[in-house]
Amino acid sequence: MTTAPTQPAPSKVDWRDQIFEVFQDHDIKQVYHVPDAGHGRLIEACQKSNSIRTLALTTEEEGIPLAAGAWLGGQRSVLLMQSSGVGNTINLMGMPKTLRFPFLTLITMRGDWGEFNSWQYPMGQGTPKVLEAMGVLLYSVDTADEVKATVDAAARSAFNGGQAVAVLLRQKLIGIKNFGKK
Amino acid sequence: MSKATLQRRPLVKQLLEGADDNLLVIAGLGSSNWDITAAGDRPLNMPLWGSMGAPVGMGLGLAMAQPTKRVLVITGDGDMLMSLGSLATVATQMPENLAIVVLDNEKFGETGNQATHTSPRNNGPTDSGAGTDLAMIARGCGIADATTVREAGEVAELVKDVRTKKGPVFRLVKVMVEKLEFVMPPQDGAHLKDRFRQALLGHP
Repeated sequence: MTTAPTQPAPSKVDWRDQIFEVFQDHDIKQVYHVPDAGHGRLIEACQKSNSIRTLALTTEEEGIPLAAGAWLGGQRSVLLMQSSGVGNTINLMGMPKTLRFPFLTLITMRGDWGEFNSWQYPMGQGTPKVLEAMGVLLYSVDTADEVKATVDAAARSAFNGGQAVAVLLRQKLIGIKNFGKK
Repeated sequence: MSKATLQRRPLVKQLLEGADDNLLVIAGLGSSNWDITAAGDRPLNMPLWGSMGAPVGMGLGLAMAQPTKRVLVITGDGDMLMSLGSLATVATQMPENLAIVVLDNEKFGETGNQATHTSPRNNGPTDSGAGTDLAMIARGCGIADATTVREAGEVAELVKDVRTKKGPVFRLVKVMVEKLEFVMPPQDGAHLKDRFRQALLGHP
């Protein structure tokens, strides 16, 4: 008789709630987002928080100068976006390098793992490449059990190490959007 | 509409007259950068050398982080046209300590004075815009206190509003097209950021 390999015990706490805990541990004061199903539960937790100012943006690009201004004023921030919005940020993604300020973004991936919508693939597949081209450090998460430690490490690299860091929350983690289709 | 008569350099000098540690200034790339520097470079100035479309967002992030300080964003019409959505985002937060001044000469000055969209229509084949009204756009975004300044007689009130009036305050100032001396601040972005934080927070 063979024994199945031991799996890490799945956490009882939703991974999006764990990200919120990491935000509090790292004293995040401003959170920028565009509407997003993947980040939805996290965005709501931030909106309800008294210690975090949560801003909806008209385009992801706005998040980078906002983060620069927050840092000038002594506050830490995070930009939440989808891979489809990453392309909108690329020119201003040079700011963290030029001004050398800590920058953290969490990206929910589309066009990545069983995606049904062909329009999501070009930017989804391009996301790691364009971010790397702009000097952004990449972390990637496929499973719920790795989320907390990875976002925590990314926050440390950003706010202690002074880097621009992106965490890719892969579609395997978030789930395939199917609009009710099987 | 009559030709603009206000000159940007003396106007910006007046806006920044007697600036103390309570005034935090962000200037957009190009002419606005040289304007605030000509008025006197200081650590609490953040003059941009690039990042077109960034000043209003930077001003908002800073205003929220430092609610007891006055934050003044000075930029041009070309820069403002590149980030119109940021005015709507300002309106979602309504920061009382934020003032935005757009110096509108209706030209892209750094690239050779081509017409921006704020230039009049029917201004000839190479110099026509759409007559875009940035103050009206700011009001439409939800910034109620957004007006246009054209005359020398309005400048004293402009200075008072920008420095002290409950924000967000948006002022579109129609200025002349001029050829002015480049007065340049330090260029290194990390240095500009560090000296700003040192002056504001006591550490880089």
